[in-house]
Amino acid sequence: MTTDRRPVTHTALAVCAGVFVLLAAAALAAPLLVPHPEHAGTATDSSARLLAPSATYWMGTDNLGRDVFSRVVYGLRTGPAIAVLVVSSAVVVGTAVGLVAGYFGGWVDEILMRLTDVFLAVPALLLALALAAVLPRGVVGLTIALALTWWPWYARLVRGEAASVAGRRHVEACRALGLGHCRIMLRHVLPGTTTPLLVQASTDIGGVILVASGLSFLGLGAQAPTADWGLMVQESQNHFATHWWVGTFPGLAIMGVAALSYLTGDALRDRLDPRSTSPRGRMPRRRPGTTEAG
Amino acid sequence: MLSYAARRIGLSALVAFGVVVLTFVIARVVPGDPAAGWAGPRAGPAERDRVRAELGLDLPLPQQIGGYLGGVLRGDWGISVRTHRPVLDDLLALLPNTLQLVLAGLLIGLLVGVPAGLVAARWAHRSPDLLVRTGAVLGGSVPVFWLALLMQMFFATRMGLLPVAGSYDPAVLAANPLVRITGMPLLDALLTGNLPMAASVFDHLVLPALVVAAYPVAVITRLVRAGVLDTLGETHVQMTRALGFPERTVLARFALRPNWNPVLQTCALIFGYSLVNSFLVEAIFAYPGLGGYAAASADVVDLPAIVGVTLLVALLYIAANLLVDLLQAALDPRMGLR
Repeated sequence: MTTDRRPVTHTALAVCAGVFVLLAAAALAAPLLVPHPEHAGTATDSSARLLAPSATYWMGTDNLGRDVFSRVVYGLRTGPAIAVLVVSSAVVVGTAVGLVAGYFGGWVDEILMRLTDVFLAVPALLLALALAAVLPRGVVGLTIALALTWWPWYARLVRGEAASVAGRRHVEACRALGLGHCRIMLRHVLPGTTTPLLVQASTDIGGVILVASGLSFLGLGAQAPTADWGLMVQESQNHFATHWWVGTFPGLAIMGVAALSYLTGDALRDRLDPRSTSPRGRMPRRRPGTTEAG
Repeated sequence: MLSYAARRIGLSALVAFGVVVLTFVIARVVPGDPAAGWAGPRAGPAERDRVRAELGLDLPLPQQIGGYLGGVLRGDWGISVRTHRPVLDDLLALLPNTLQLVLAGLLIGLLVGVPAGLVAARWAHRSPDLLVRTGAVLGGSVPVFWLALLMQMFFATRMGLLPVAGSYDPAVLAANPLVRITGMPLLDALLTGNLPMAASVFDHLVLPALVVAAYPVAVITRLVRAGVLDTLGETHVQMTRALGFPERTVLARFALRPNWNPVLQTCALIFGYSLVNSFLVEAIFAYPGLGGYAAASADVVDLPAIVGVTLLVALLYIAANLLVDLLQAALDPRMGLR
């Protein structure tokens, strides 16, 4: 009884995509949208400290008198932007590694996959934390640390798909025709991997945002006065009990964007992959040390 | 079965070795010149060379890795720059606290997630299902450090129902000294019948454990719901229905059973994830554990400590996975044939 297939998924995907586009537009047009663009930078306003949400300050102000709403909108330019950058670079590197491993098989496969196993044996947040600690502090260091953490997931994913496609007739035919390895991989193997890759990437954006904001919360990511959601929650920590709005809205923003990416992944899977019956969402995908492609 | 176990153990050992090399690379290769960092900013070139020789940084890389691996195996994980104590001693002192928190979160995850998944599957696409699924999406997307702050503000600071921070009440400990058996305060207190201390530890554990449980609950709920929905379509389950078993029995006994295996597997994954998630939670509840240690070490770039935490957690994670696989192979004879 696979009752999980319903026509609403098309609507769901359209809604998710629409919200995504809106958020991207808001990130780009942030200076035009918010009342206090200067509050995303070094500007402070000592006359407006810790004001509760009102018609003037929709989400109140923080301890430096900065408009929380303006900073939350500007936050779209750090967390989610970092996540998109991280996921796209990790997808490129991971796909390259996975394609080579899956297509050639044998000892190449063995070496590359044991390498990804090692990376996957360290939980993502911890590996990113260790890397971020030794890399220069700030958004750039954080992005590099996260990209180094995330590529093995895609390598593993693409490798499994590529290995199954590489054995099919049409690829054998290409080989018999004498096409180059590069061309076969890019033109005939890669297309078979795009669906799971797309689903995973859209789900992972939320995962990266959660880890990135966690690191910023610990002081290992974006540095003050950057408008970053994780950092904003951390800055609100000392007066959270008395001035709830300062930290609550950035946290809601993180949750909203993470949930959006989560739902987009589910909707994409339902739309693109009719074989799958069980939406699993942001699920850990495989475990270190298992040989079977998972 | 035996050859399967041997293969899995061998593979785990290989991955563990790889993790040691990875942590070595993070500690010695990524930061540029570790000798300069060790010697301090005012050290001259001569001083740096001396430090380099002292730390063995002038040796060829394979030899350095060999020395490092030897140290790890002997239990010499370096001296923390921040606490000036052996890293391994620091870690082992804090580990039981973190384990207690993570295991509590995992337990809540199972106790809430499995019934919630069953409820969602029983009334699929109706309001209970919608409610459960919304909860699962939110549970998987909530930043734990923020949830921790909210819960702390609401239940501890505002309503005063539970303690704000710490892992026990020092006054209670002074009156009822704790005997260390496992190192996990709650378990030790219960084992020795130290009820006042058990109550104090329990009170302090409730909020952090609930926050850590958000992710396990979300993942297990989704897994059980999807799995049970799939299984309901299978003939052996439909057979039980035809035999006239009540719906409750069909779901909880027959449709759930084949899904215990994936749930068990997922527990190992969640364990690794929650272990690190608990770091953020510990930071907020001032709960003494690996998290506070890692955060403080990362803040001052205390490399031996950071690398030590990474190594320890990775080894625990590998061990948990190995354990689950061996457990499965023991429970399910088909596993050994793969």
